[in-house]
Amino acid sequence: MSLDTVAVATANPDALQPYEQLGLKADEYASIKQILGRRPTSSELAMYSVMWSEHCSYKSSKVHLKQFGEKAPHSDALLVGIGENAGVVDIGQGYAVTFKIESHNHPSFVEPYQGAATGVGGIVRDILTMGARPIAIMDPLRFGLADAKDTRRVLPGIVSGVGGYGNCLGVPNIGGEVVFDETYAGNPLVNALCVGVMRHEDIKLAKAHGTGNLVVLFGAKTGGDGIGGVSVLASETFNDAKPTKRPSVQVGDPFAEKVLIECCLEIFKADLVVGIQDLGGAGLSCATSELASAGSGGMEIQLEKVPLRDPSLSPEEILMSESQERMCAIVEPSNIKHFMAICKKWDVTATVIGEVTDGTNLHITFNGELIVDVPPRTVAHDGPIYNRPIEKPTYIAERQSAKINVPLPSSPAEIKAAVLTLVASPNIADKSWVTSQYDRYVQGNSVLSQPEDSGMVRIDAKTNLGVAISTDVNARWAYLDPYEGAKLALLESCRNIATTGAKPLAVTNCLNFGSPEDPGVMWQFAEAVRGLADICLEMGLPVTGGNVSFYNQTGSVAILPTPVIGVLGVIQDVRTRTKMGLAKSGLEIYLLGRADANLSGSEWAYLHNEIGNFAPKADVAMETRLVNLLLEGQPLFESAHDISNGGLAAALTEIVLKNKIGAEITIDDVGVALMSETPGQVLIAVDPKSSHELIALAETHKIECRKIGISGGDALTINGAAIPLAELSQAHTETFPKLFG
Amino acid sequence: MRIGVVTFPGSLDDHSALRAIELAGGEPVSLFHGSTDLKEVQAVVLPGGFSYGDYLRCGAISRFSPIMESIIIAAEHGFPVLGICNGFQILCESHLLPGALTRNSDLHFICDDQKVAVENIKTPWTAGYTQGQEIVIPIKNGEGSFQCSDETLAELEAESRVVLRYVGKNPNGSRNSIAGISNKQGNVVGVMPHPEQAIEELTGPGDEGLIFFSSILKEMVGR
Repeated sequence: MSLDTVAVATANPDALQPYEQLGLKADEYASIKQILGRRPTSSELAMYSVMWSEHCSYKSSKVHLKQFGEKAPHSDALLVGIGENAGVVDIGQGYAVTFKIESHNHPSFVEPYQGAATGVGGIVRDILTMGARPIAIMDPLRFGLADAKDTRRVLPGIVSGVGGYGNCLGVPNIGGEVVFDETYAGNPLVNALCVGVMRHEDIKLAKAHGTGNLVVLFGAKTGGDGIGGVSVLASETFNDAKPTKRPSVQVGDPFAEKVLIECCLEIFKADLVVGIQDLGGAGLSCATSELASAGSGGMEIQLEKVPLRDPSLSPEEILMSESQERMCAIVEPSNIKHFMAICKKWDVTATVIGEVTDGTNLHITFNGELIVDVPPRTVAHDGPIYNRPIEKPTYIAERQSAKINVPLPSSPAEIKAAVLTLVASPNIADKSWVTSQYDRYVQGNSVLSQPEDSGMVRIDAKTNLGVAISTDVNARWAYLDPYEGAKLALLESCRNIATTGAKPLAVTNCLNFGSPEDPGVMWQFAEAVRGLADICLEMGLPVTGGNVSFYNQTGSVAILPTPVIGVLGVIQDVRTRTKMGLAKSGLEIYLLGRADANLSGSEWAYLHNEIGNFAPKADVAMETRLVNLLLEGQPLFESAHDISNGGLAAALTEIVLKNKIGAEITIDDVGVALMSETPGQVLIAVDPKSSHELIALAETHKIECRKIGISGGDALTINGAAIPLAELSQAHTETFPKLFG
Repeated sequence: MRIGVVTFPGSLDDHSALRAIELAGGEPVSLFHGSTDLKEVQAVVLPGGFSYGDYLRCGAISRFSPIMESIIIAAEHGFPVLGICNGFQILCESHLLPGALTRNSDLHFICDDQKVAVENIKTPWTAGYTQGQEIVIPIKNGEGSFQCSDETLAELEAESRVVLRYVGKNPNGSRNSIAGISNKQGNVVGVMPHPEQAIEELTGPGDEGLIFFSSILKEMVGR
């Protein structure tokens, strides 16, 4: 067994290295050699290969993502911006909130339970790393067709993975999405969002400063999981006497993470760390190089000190392992005793594995032999950047010239049949089969959770300050027009936040796309990013961070471009929040906004195998007025519900079924009104004596406002079509149990 | 009035239980699993969560915590103990309560607003309810199906030791729809639903769970 040390690499400059199997291109390998002035050691090669991967380096997306910085609106709320583990915003009263979405798509297809579970674990650690207590989780999920055989494998596994991990961590799951489309078959999307809260002074950064400060690895021991492609190095370097097949999907232990959370929060409270970084993708390679790169540069690590679960791991594998539930902290020597005592209290393994030096390079030794000697910035930040070819795909023109022909209901019998069909369809059907597997109550601060328009948690029990979160995108609109689709996603999220009574404050995103090597996909991506950057500037909302997931495609079929947008809002008094369900009989029901005849991208069109031609255009001025109306009118509202997927038909169903209070609705152009998903519509219920105030307010904000009905009774009646609530409820709720047991 | 709440590694609802005691007007005291010191509390709550990750069996490892040594001895002498969810599981593993909690009959974790009837108001934890009062409090567990032998079941029913019973559909396959029981003396109570998550309208299905905590405070004053 020979160790590929820096000395060996220098002595044997021409040794063949498996850079291609590690996913590096020939020119990338050549530039590593140029940076180092020699060939990399196998450990260095492993580090560069994983840190320069698409997932870690954003090499295909960087040139586009920089718009988020260039077009960033001025925001006093932004305390920590893009680049750290998660952005941080000021919500007042000395509180700071951090939030972020990440994807765990590919692992969740391979191993649904563990893939989803470790997706939750990873995002929660990102939030924890900022110094915050994680207070809420949301999970936007997308699957192939609901009745497809593989969906029955993937969906239950992913749902129980999200639940199994999140429930055990004690972080409430307060919302998300479940969407089906055939393009997600083979490419399910598991996005996980986490929100955390801290006091301003407790914000922590991933920086290694101060010569002589100690590098401490703590949490779970390092094992062979999640090593993936790096195993080829191991098989090159070692004989056959060791375990060969290692799982490339990480295995999660939520109990270890829960204990790690409590341990970290106690360490933060005692102010014992200079910098901290979690170990996620690329494991120790990422944590050490990022900490060193963001700090003064120099660091020495003694790799043999890393506690191992599997003693047969090679140094390359130790560097690459994505074993979960690990953190890396920079601690002043005078604090180490206290630090270790807290770890001991929580039974968390902690080991000093190195220290910060005054040099410029990251040195890693293994039993005294130098195996890594690199400028950390070249690993962590100066990866390759690609300006990939972009070409507008031909389907755009085809779609734009397509005629769509979707039958619309008009007679009472047609209306009843159409509503029952729509609300039973998997995308619109009640999702409690999923959400009842998640603990929404733990921590005792959940004010709103699914199926409300946004999730809301109380931050301070004395002042009742709170935050609201919503994640949204209609990917079919993004398919027809990625620029408008991304804008519309953000506007919908803002509307959802405002509908519950909170003021939109900041944005995160998870951009799920096909292969960046496909110029058409790259065009979709570029357009979506441009749209998102533009809309954030127009709405004055900062992007605090996000995540890109490429290669979500099977063969030549890419997923629908799916830029999931998360918006965070603030509410000064959570007691004033507005719920969606009709609260009592005798309320007047108003519709803000108006549907037009464009059914493109709607669920009703999809049920008729149509996707349409043109996505709606984002009307920022109108949506801004609408958000202002919603925030100003909040005291008047008995209930409020945004209209999105499934149009008015779905929204009415949701508001009557919530508290089992019916409604009698009369509306003109009933087919379009029920099924079109035109953005900018909200259902409001008010006490009759407040109706003139609502009308006046709508007039002030130049938003169309029509009375369409009154609450009461045990049926949803639309233009004479009476649908008993029991029948409506059965149609709406039986779909998921029938499909998934 | 000092009421303790034990934090085991993996406890999740400990802070909510502390808050419930505070809202009810008591003095909440945080107890740590690794110490035998009960800090002069007059009653103790074992909160919900996944202590020790539910490894081996739910509650099987926590039952051996140093704090449990003190609690078991005290409980045998009439000290009031309330186990909620994982706390109930720990009480069964400690043999302070009979039976066991097994996987829900549909094998899923279930989080729902659950109607239950309070069928025994003689315990110090339920004295503030009326006999048979129906309340809505959350259930949230994966292993909440109460199982026991036929003899134990007959004994629990004959001695009116069923404290809470599910109303309507049995959510998890528990025998006789049992949601909570007490020991013979009535001082030790275990319930699967979470009264500490129903202490205010804003964040729970209602506030009917708070009576568990106001009951114990009133009972302790009476002693």
